Amino acid sequence: MEAKIAIAIDDLTVAYNYKPVLWDIDLQIPEGVLMAIVGPNGAGKSTLLKSILDIIKPLAGSVTVYGKPYKKQRDLVAYVPQKGSVDWDFPTTALDVVMMGTYGALGWIKRPGSAQKKQALEALEKVGMLSFQNRQISQLSGGQQQRIFLARALVQNAAIYFMDEPFQGVDATTEKAIIQILKELRKAGKTVIVVHHDLQTVPEYFDWVTFLNVKKIATGPVADIFNDDNLTKTYGINYKASIAEGTL
Amino acid sequence: MKEYIDLLVSDYTLQIITLGTAVLGALCGMLGSFAVLRKQSLLGDAISHASLPGIAIVFLVLGVKNNNGLLLGALCSGLVSAVFIKGIISKTHLKSDTALGIVLSTFFGFGMLLLTYIQKLPNANQSGLEKYLFGQAATLLASDVWLMSAIAGVSLLVVLLFWKEFKMVLFDADYTKTLGFHVKFIDTLITSFIVIAIVMGLQTVGVVLMSAMLLAPAAAARQWTNSLAKMVFLAGMFGAVSGVLGTAVSASANNLSTGPVIVLIATLFVVVSFVFSPIRGLLFKQIKLWKNRNDLKLMKTLLFMYNLVKDHENVSHPHKIQLLNNFQGYTKKSLKRLQAEDLILLNKSDWSLTKKGFHTAKNLYTHQ
Repeated sequence: MEAKIAIAIDDLTVAYNYKPVLWDIDLQIPEGVLMAIVGPNGAGKSTLLKSILDIIKPLAGSVTVYGKPYKKQRDLVAYVPQKGSVDWDFPTTALDVVMMGTYGALGWIKRPGSAQKKQALEALEKVGMLSFQNRQISQLSGGQQQRIFLARALVQNAAIYFMDEPFQGVDATTEKAIIQILKELRKAGKTVIVVHHDLQTVPEYFDWVTFLNVKKIATGPVADIFNDDNLTKTYGINYKASIAEGTL
Repeated sequence: MKEYIDLLVSDYTLQIITLGTAVLGALCGMLGSFAVLRKQSLLGDAISHASLPGIAIVFLVLGVKNNNGLLLGALCSGLVSAVFIKGIISKTHLKSDTALGIVLSTFFGFGMLLLTYIQKLPNANQSGLEKYLFGQAATLLASDVWLMSAIAGVSLLVVLLFWKEFKMVLFDADYTKTLGFHVKFIDTLITSFIVIAIVMGLQTVGVVLMSAMLLAPAAAARQWTNSLAKMVFLAGMFGAVSGVLGTAVSASANNLSTGPVIVLIATLFVVVSFVFSPIRGLLFKQIKLWKNRNDLKLMKTLLFMYNLVKDHENVSHPHKIQLLNNFQGYTKKSLKRLQAEDLILLNKSDWSLTKKGFHTAKNLYTHQ
């Protein structure tokens, strides 16, 4: 049986200046996959996420979520930005950041109450950060900050999760904890899309993969398409040497 | 001091000015917090300098010195400059400091040009426009203060209403967008109120020093708290107190110019906060550093003792203090501190590890 399509991207093209960052991307992401987006630096992985989420305006193309334009389906989608994209010296606590995940459902002006706090505390517990709820965010380690960001997205209780490099700069324990949560999300029928850097863990963590380098190179089940041919097409002929040197 | 209080009680003008500078300080402190946290500290500087041509143009066109009219001109000019700055940043690849610099100097230069032109006009009633350069609190009227208070009230209401939106945009604008909030609207709202606060301060503090009113209380407040709500409140308080004290100093000391005095007092708050705040202050950081270093030295001493005795059958067997001579970490004081913490026992010229000391030293490596 054909799985439902969670995200459908048609002819997506993005350019910052004159040079296209993403060129004519067609991509269909089936419901319930745990997908990695891989590609070299500057391949447009983060940009792809941001243009799906309407943070960046694409030059052309369209994105639909379960058959309707993204703008009408925002409440189905949660986003975990790169940890480095915000200032962690901002005067606020871990709980407060996670509470932000409830703001979308609350809407304008309404204030979060005890129901929202309860949701946030549950999410904090899921990521193992309950005891850090009152910690000033600058006093969290990189891994803890990443867990906070994940908890904030979990609070949204979305159907589709987008994550930008959630494993960057985190400790091994956090990486394991996060992948565990992602696998649980998939088990619950959610679709999870992760910009990923570490090629070696792709087969272990993910069941679906998209190769990206300005253009879409390939997309499909990891078991079928995660091979030398596609890796070479995406990273160039010397990708193996680069992996060995750790420059990838 | 007593003289000043007597003066304050009896002098209506002084009361008005004091109230005005207090309200202004509170307003600027509150909104300045948002400017500081948005990393747009210089935006206020650029906008205040850029309001000068608006003042001059309104004067040239209307030929009158109606304060509210002039401030309206300043407001328009400030808003136009803000649009220019945001436009330059989003449409070109220039960094924001460059954009701010360009707009600041261009607008201010144009304003100065108009000001000198106005001064050379033959029969214009031009004197007094220079007060907008450095401000002149003495010219505050009751009606000005009412206007300021009304605007401060509205700003407070807006901040309270949109508190969660403001906080989220300040922390993570991209994420805010994905939740379906209109980030540009929130952004414009914050910037507009910052511009309004700046314009309200022009008469009192002037275009040149206005940005300090915005930034100094906020920078000081940040040092004392890790909560946004407390920071905004404290910044408002610091601003208000700077206003009141500044007016007092300038009124009691040969009529020193009020604006600069207020700014200097606000800066004093910054200096004191940077040094003495318990969370982020330099002094406490330094003390903490020393304390940590001393603790580390102490542990090093303990470890040295541990290594001496660890192979003995009785680990608490006394040893001569001379044994420690080739180890530099210890002093009599540090040995006494170790004894105070029950880690060693001192007996004349001998020392011995206690059980607690032995276990502490043994576990030093294992837990971080």
